[in-house]
Amino acid sequence: MKFSVMVNEGPYTHQAADTAYHFIDAALRAGHEVFRVFFYHDGVNNGTRMTTPPQDDRNIVNRWSALAVEHDLDLVLCVAAAQRRGILDADEAKRNGKDGDNIAPGFRISGLGQLIEAGIQSDRVLVFGD
Amino acid sequence: MSETKKFMYVNRHAPYGTVYALEGLEVVLIGAAFEQEVSMAFIGDGVFQLKQGQDTVDSDMKNFSPAYRALGDYEVNRLYVERDSLEERGLNEDDLMPLTWEDEDDDWAEKKSIHIVSRAQLADLLEEQDVILNF
Repeated sequence: MKFSVMVNEGPYTHQAADTAYHFIDAALRAGHEVFRVFFYHDGVNNGTRMTTPPQDDRNIVNRWSALAVEHDLDLVLCVAAAQRRGILDADEAKRNGKDGDNIAPGFRISGLGQLIEAGIQSDRVLVFGD
Repeated sequence: MSETKKFMYVNRHAPYGTVYALEGLEVVLIGAAFEQEVSMAFIGDGVFQLKQGQDTVDSDMKNFSPAYRALGDYEVNRLYVERDSLEERGLNEDDLMPLTWEDEDDDWAEKKSIHIVSRAQLADLLEEQDVILNF
């Protein structure tokens, strides 16, 4: 089956990002396809490489990046939600006159159309949020 | 993309306490460009999103309620509001914005966008959907 996943909460405060990760990991290992993971609302905070959790805890951002590399996963941060919350790639930083970017490896920034397209293209869309 | 799917946006939060309503509406407005079969549901505190006379001046929040009036122009004209949720909050249909759309297949007749439905009717509507995004 072809899944797409929407992640609507940030890391650590809510379990939604963890549950989404474990679902995707299990689905891929079971041979399913994941067309896209779309991060919205505070979910865009899953995509900042500045995250520095304590050593004895899981690193949610690095975990996403590793999964993206391993499975060529499409991790998309909503541009409007990301701008509100200070998540930028190099292009966005330049365009908005900011002094640096913070997007984590394996993520890209794009528009809400990517979410709708995921809904059209996938057999199922799963929303992980509060 | 010729395939048409049924998208339903389920709104569960009051308009200003959290960002879910505002960012949810942004998805609906962008999604309208994709020519899918779109509807919205309002349950729980989500019914407050459609309340008439929203005034955010003192709280310094952006009053985005006028944007709901534009939904009809985007052909988003099926807004299902759960009756029990309204009643539990002391509201009725007259407390909501009179949202309308113009039906081009009926000589541009102005029609109501808001439909008050029971919990059971809403459950049936949810069952019909291909994609449900909840905010």
